[in-house]
Amino acid sequence: MTQTAALKQTPLNAVHCQAGAKMVDFGGWNMPVYYTGILEEHRAVRRSVGLFDVSHMGEIEIKGPEAFQLIDFLTPNTVSRLRSGQAQYSALLYEHGGFVDDILVHKVADGHYFLCVNASNQEKDYQHICGHNRFQAQVEFAGERYALLAIQGPRSIETLQKLTRTELAPIKYYHFVDGEIASVPARIARTGYTGEIGFETYLPPEQAPPVWDAVLDAGAEFGIKPAGLGARNTLRLEAAMALYGHEITASITPLEAGLGRIVKFDKGEFLGRKALLAQQEKGVTRSLTGFEMTGRGIARDGYEVFLDGAAAGWVTSGGPSPTLNKNIGMCYLPIAHAQPGRTIQIQIRDQPVEAVTRPIPFYKRAS
Amino acid sequence: MYPENYRYTKEHEWVSVEGDVGTMGITFHAQKELGDIVYVDLPKAGATLEQGKPLGSVESVKAVSDIYAPVSGVVVEVNESLARSPEKLNEDPHGAAWLVKIRLSDSSQVNQLMPAAEYQSYIGE
Repeated sequence: MTQTAALKQTPLNAVHCQAGAKMVDFGGWNMPVYYTGILEEHRAVRRSVGLFDVSHMGEIEIKGPEAFQLIDFLTPNTVSRLRSGQAQYSALLYEHGGFVDDILVHKVADGHYFLCVNASNQEKDYQHICGHNRFQAQVEFAGERYALLAIQGPRSIETLQKLTRTELAPIKYYHFVDGEIASVPARIARTGYTGEIGFETYLPPEQAPPVWDAVLDAGAEFGIKPAGLGARNTLRLEAAMALYGHEITASITPLEAGLGRIVKFDKGEFLGRKALLAQQEKGVTRSLTGFEMTGRGIARDGYEVFLDGAAAGWVTSGGPSPTLNKNIGMCYLPIAHAQPGRTIQIQIRDQPVEAVTRPIPFYKRAS
Repeated sequence: MYPENYRYTKEHEWVSVEGDVGTMGITFHAQKELGDIVYVDLPKAGATLEQGKPLGSVESVKAVSDIYAPVSGVVVEVNESLARSPEKLNEDPHGAAWLVKIRLSDSSQVNQLMPAAEYQSYIGE
């Protein structure tokens, strides 16, 4: 129990414990892995709507006359194309092209950017940004200023609309509006990590518990379920969204991770550009690939991948897909073998088990 | 909840002995801790098991867990239905979702295991 006391808690910790959630240590945070069961929560999000507490995620604000210059230098995507109220998937990269983190960049206004970063990377990200701040920009660590609730699933708009005057349907994917939810000031972003329609809402932490309850009430008629990190992971795996520490690390570049779309060489100088350009000219040698198990077994993170009996790569994420009813995963393979339809073997507890490479994402919602 | 005629291990397996054959499974507590079970890997009939050594594994959505043999012996029957319906382990872990039947090589090993009341206090129930 002394160990639990040292873990960081979100403002909803007591709510989760009260709800009987199975709590785990996730990167130093005491977080719900599931409430009633991962499969049930996963299906609720795919079929209707689910509510996630992801307040462990970090926020960093960048303000000042040269806020744009700082964030444009530190990220490979074109920040200049963002309008106020728009968000962008991007990354913080090292000079050698590997990931410090993957992030969301929100443009609040000219001279004001709001970053959402991974929980376990937030201090590192903050230091990284400050370390490169030779601009007229203030970098504020804002992790404690926001709770983050994600409302995800085909019924998420109807659920959330009951609680806000902000018209939600017109908010486009990767756009956000500052409004109110259940009379609490909220940044409402049409973003998510599930492959479904949904919102991520940034709230004052002390107001998170009443908003949590209000969202559950509003979604009751649709069978809303609180969903834990377990379902969050199976949902993002089906949608083949990268997870830091798995698909992306300090020794992986966006070009290898299938994230070339966030690297805009033509925008001008940015940290990591030279290394990525060199990698592109030389040719990327390995690539992230989807696979599904054809033999009996479940591939898990870190398992070795073999091609015709020779070690060739490793599994970055793997597990059951509740939607497809298959065991799926992602792995790194030499680029020559990274096309779909290739038979591979995954070493599962001393036993090679057959799998076949597949296109990703595994799941795409019907639009 | 925990049948009086079963014996229990610290690794959360149970065994129920009739004559020289023991039926074994995982406990209600184990399945609850694991969450949704989606895969079971069991030995084949004829395999020799040694008390305290892994005999197979169960996998929840999140993770793999070893199952340890509560007693030594030779596998005489395997619950094949679990390969198709691993979720039975969440529904009826002390009954229909037994894992294997073992011909015991040393029936005195059973006495080393916990009776129901002791197991329940071990898991804090």
